[in-house]
Amino acid sequence: MSLVGTATIAPSMRPGRLGDSPLRPDGGAKVQGSFAFTSDLNAEGALWGATLRSPHPYARIVAIDVSPAWKIAGVEAIITADDVPGQLLYGLISADQPVFAHDVVRYVGEPVAAVAADHPETCRRALAAIVVTYETLDPLVDAERAVDGSHPAIHPDGNVIRHQRVDCGDPDATGPIVVEGTYEIGMQDQAFLGLEAALALPDHDGGGVEMYVATQWLHEDRKQIAACLDLPEERIRLTLGGVGGAFGAREDISLQVHTCLLALKTGRPVRIHYDRHESFLGHVHRHPATIWMRHHATADGEIVKIESRMVFDGGAYASTSSAVLVNAVTHTQGPYRCANAVVDGWVVRSNNPPCGAMRGFGVVQACFAHESQMDKLAAAAGLDPVEIRLRNAMVTGDRLITGQIVESVAPVARCIRETAALPMPASLDEQGDDLMRMPGGAGRTADVSHIRRGVGWGVAIKNLMYSEAFDDYSTARCRLADGVATLEFATSEVGQGFITIAAQIARTVLGVDDVVLEPISTNVGSAGSTSASRQTWMSGGAVDAVCRKVRDLLFARVAEQWSLDPLRLVIDGNEVVDSLDARRRVTVAEASSGSPIDETMEYRHRPTVPLDERGQGDCHTAFAFVAHRAVVDVDVELGLIKVVQIATAQDVGVALNPLSVLGQIEGGIAQGLGLAVMEEIVVRDGLIRNASFTDYLLPTMLDMPDVIATLIEEPDPQAPMGAKGVGEPPCISVTPAIVAAIRDAIGHDLTRVPVRPFDIVLTK
Amino acid sequence: MIAEHYSLTVNGTSCEVRDAGVGESLLYVLRERLGFTGPKGACEEGECGSCSVTVDGTLVCSCLVLSAASVGREIVTIEGVAAGDGLSDVQTAFVETGAVQCGFCTPGLIMAAHSLLEANPDPTESELREALSGNICRCTGYGRIIEAVQQVAVRRRDSRSGAAT
Amino acid sequence: MPVDAPTSLAAALGILDRHRSATVLAGGTDLMVSVNAGRRQLDRVVAVDRIAELREWHHDRGAGVVRLGAAVPYREILESSLAELVPALAQAARTVGSPQIRHVGTVGGNLATCSPAGDTLPVLSGLDAIVHVQSANLVRKISIHDFMVGVKKTKLKPNELITAIVIPVSPGWQGYAKVGVRNAMVIATASVCLVADTQTRSVRVALGSVGPTIVRCPIAEAWIAERIDWDNHVSISDAVAREFGAIAASESRPIDDHRSTAAYRRHAIGVLASRLIRRAFL
Repeated sequence: MSLVGTATIAPSMRPGRLGDSPLRPDGGAKVQGSFAFTSDLNAEGALWGATLRSPHPYARIVAIDVSPAWKIAGVEAIITADDVPGQLLYGLISADQPVFAHDVVRYVGEPVAAVAADHPETCRRALAAIVVTYETLDPLVDAERAVDGSHPAIHPDGNVIRHQRVDCGDPDATGPIVVEGTYEIGMQDQAFLGLEAALALPDHDGGGVEMYVATQWLHEDRKQIAACLDLPEERIRLTLGGVGGAFGAREDISLQVHTCLLALKTGRPVRIHYDRHESFLGHVHRHPATIWMRHHATADGEIVKIESRMVFDGGAYASTSSAVLVNAVTHTQGPYRCANAVVDGWVVRSNNPPCGAMRGFGVVQACFAHESQMDKLAAAAGLDPVEIRLRNAMVTGDRLITGQIVESVAPVARCIRETAALPMPASLDEQGDDLMRMPGGAGRTADVSHIRRGVGWGVAIKNLMYSEAFDDYSTARCRLADGVATLEFATSEVGQGFITIAAQIARTVLGVDDVVLEPISTNVGSAGSTSASRQTWMSGGAVDAVCRKVRDLLFARVAEQWSLDPLRLVIDGNEVVDSLDARRRVTVAEASSGSPIDETMEYRHRPTVPLDERGQGDCHTAFAFVAHRAVVDVDVELGLIKVVQIATAQDVGVALNPLSVLGQIEGGIAQGLGLAVMEEIVVRDGLIRNASFTDYLLPTMLDMPDVIATLIEEPDPQAPMGAKGVGEPPCISVTPAIVAAIRDAIGHDLTRVPVRPFDIVLTK
Repeated sequence: MIAEHYSLTVNGTSCEVRDAGVGESLLYVLRERLGFTGPKGACEEGECGSCSVTVDGTLVCSCLVLSAASVGREIVTIEGVAAGDGLSDVQTAFVETGAVQCGFCTPGLIMAAHSLLEANPDPTESELREALSGNICRCTGYGRIIEAVQQVAVRRRDSRSGAAT
Repeated sequence: MPVDAPTSLAAALGILDRHRSATVLAGGTDLMVSVNAGRRQLDRVVAVDRIAELREWHHDRGAGVVRLGAAVPYREILESSLAELVPALAQAARTVGSPQIRHVGTVGGNLATCSPAGDTLPVLSGLDAIVHVQSANLVRKISIHDFMVGVKKTKLKPNELITAIVIPVSPGWQGYAKVGVRNAMVIATASVCLVADTQTRSVRVALGSVGPTIVRCPIAEAWIAERIDWDNHVSISDAVAREFGAIAASESRPIDDHRSTAAYRRHAIGVLASRLIRRAFL
């Protein structure tokens, strides 16, 4: 059996140390089209797999007749819930989701059966031939009905996934200024470009399986797969196939168990590739939410108390919903001081598409609400949007509404001031009548006279890493021999560039140029998930720690030869040097010749605790901050929008790779812009109405504005290398900033995202 | 599904396609039958540009080309965009400027960038954005991609004016 | 061969005559979407993109028309001198899909698909184009207004091919505007083509995405024609433009769907129509 192409990673093309911006080690292969994404992998004799999905949001399965599909030539396997040998349910936090629905389907798109066949077209016909008899049930599609208990439970675990309050200080506190609003956030899709894909190869004895898969967390996948297949974890060997983006959508299991099952059933390699439509059905989305907030403030605009009620629609299965809710309720205050709070948060089950992780993870929703409120507060206090935010900006040492002290570096005011100092774009008059710079673009809708320009602000706080007592760790292995460092870790590289950073760390710590990266697999311990802005901190911390340990062993070896205290030794360039006698030096290559030094280490962040019933507890690990200023042109009669410029200053701790940081900032802004003005999964009666790129609109190059960014570098003492995670903050407060800019241009309130043209012109 | 046999010219080489279904797209045939996995499929309806190739010099979405109707045409994929094992100037610029993250859109964008610069060697920023607006990138927010293409335009202009003097 | 790519019209028509179920493939940008999604099976295909006479256009000065081969790609309409003869068509062509789509997509294909959101269709309607269709033994010339029957329904018969679109070269201003939620690569939420024909002293307005097929606005057309000073080319007042837009909007027949609402579409038609009439008589 020959495997065509695997996701091996070549050594970096241009050595670079921390603070440099070396080239991505996979860049050459990616520009040549030779980088092996999971969907590019094939194996001799491989079959195609495909999944039959429920057309109903809620229905009882009366019967499944697969016999007509067996009559189609080329069909090799058909599996249903009856074929799942182990645990029938899986899930990230609690196992509540069936591998295949067996008695009830709870959302449109829920897997019911799968087939393996010789060609995708054969699969398509086989799926069409399977006869499933359903008895439709009354679907729960309104989250409020789950909160008020008026709809019967649609799942044995009940309709409320989590109810979390945060009660802080004096519930009766108030002030002369009171502003409130109800805000709605639509369901956003991660819309990674590289669709779900896996290739599973069964072991000859049928007692194990090897799989190449695009995922955010190999070890969690393996744990869940093993439970469902009833196989020992070590018999499931996962290797990361090339990943075409993730953004949260690959944190949950999608096709993993199905692919393995089909491979074990047929004894042949099986590939499953989702198409775009199936991808919309096959992974979790960003929770739609309704958030009411009321801010009480002094006459000077200082926040006295915040009240909030949040309802998040988790869809049919729990996924990470409970953690998303915790993020939302604990970020109610935003990056501002607040001594009193009454927050009531719900995340509930419904027969809508399941929701879970997406970049920003609960904070995106809360931020749209609190930033909209800050502008109302500013207006009521007669302050401008910058002043109100500066006046309330939190600092290190402040106590959050959860009682937790912010120990992270918290340069909130600096983020705001440095953003404000960035240049504004050319005015509308200076810009001229270039069609492509106007709202509507080639549609020739606007003349300059129809356009009004607005400016808006958004500022955010985002927790980093996992919360609430989760045992969050990452593992890295380093082998040093003959001046070459070989790193091994299971950190999912999804495009963010961890592999670049990892090599930079090794070069910096060990004084080597050549770093070899082993394939990313379950061959080494877990790295945790590529999510929660955590890998630079966590896996970076693990790589840093293991490289330091290897360096210590190298120093010990050299110190013994030189008969001196190893504490005197330092790395200088590519050499080990006696810091007290710089003439005494040896190259790392020479010093590491002979027997290799090979170590593995785990890195853990400091412990956290769960929130108590009143929402109190040191539940988060660390925080990062960001400010955004948006300049937007609005065609005020048609409600069309052109975002002109985004200015941002982001608290990054230390920029280990400034070019990568910039890439995260610009990319995050694009996703936040999408949520602000165009991206929404439209669900009616449980059915996604726009499950395609024709109708789920992503920002194009003509929708993205110029971005000007300043990196705020104040090393965080808690962070390994001082560097904070940078992935999520860029996408969070840019959304409210853009909406605020639109409000500024049109002069009336907007309370939901994405803002649709009719929200601008047909509501006042 | 009627089996078909035909040959396609891909990157200057004649490739035999056997037992293909009538409705198979050029993208499917390139990837699954001929092993050219550089072009990527992300929407299969012409809304992302990841599968871009040129057919007789014209930039197209290979997912929207009926493979069997491409007989006799010159098809160029990302694998054929540079001579030998080297990188084209656009490919080099993409790596150097940070225009690549997950890389899934990259082959299509590089094809589109080459196509643009051939037709319009000195595009304004608006022309550049319009010409590449059919290629969705979900990771980068496009900033580094624009930078990369502008860099190539400048370098080519410099080398042209260098050659002239 | 299940897939034919004839180089002559006669050959193509011959195949269509023998195989009534054959599918015509032009740019493929609509057809392949449904094939890829499994909504449509192909067993026999006639690709028409190698038929030279379908790929050409010429300006018949005597007749005052442009004869546009059905398989001329949008890009050529945009980039050739055709854009000066029928500017509204070029403007519409520029909004079709992406550059990749415009490189191969054709007006013939837009017509054969006959989506109410087809970008060039309001222009063909506004210019009173004639669609030439041909079978092995018959040539038919069908007014664009008759050709489009409903949502994705036309007068085209299974053995017929759209060969050309004959578009009158209209003296006077013409323009197209399209509303979409994104600034590129977007399906029209609403679109308008307006033609101010100085020879016949008439204004023609055609609307896209606000009815089962393209909607013409006879009431608005008649109303505005009386209010234009054709001899002196006086600009249109804001009030007249708005009223004109309101009348055009009232003639639209939009629906609510996942892309927008009927109310917004109607509103957008009003805005676009009033802006276009102002541009026509600046």
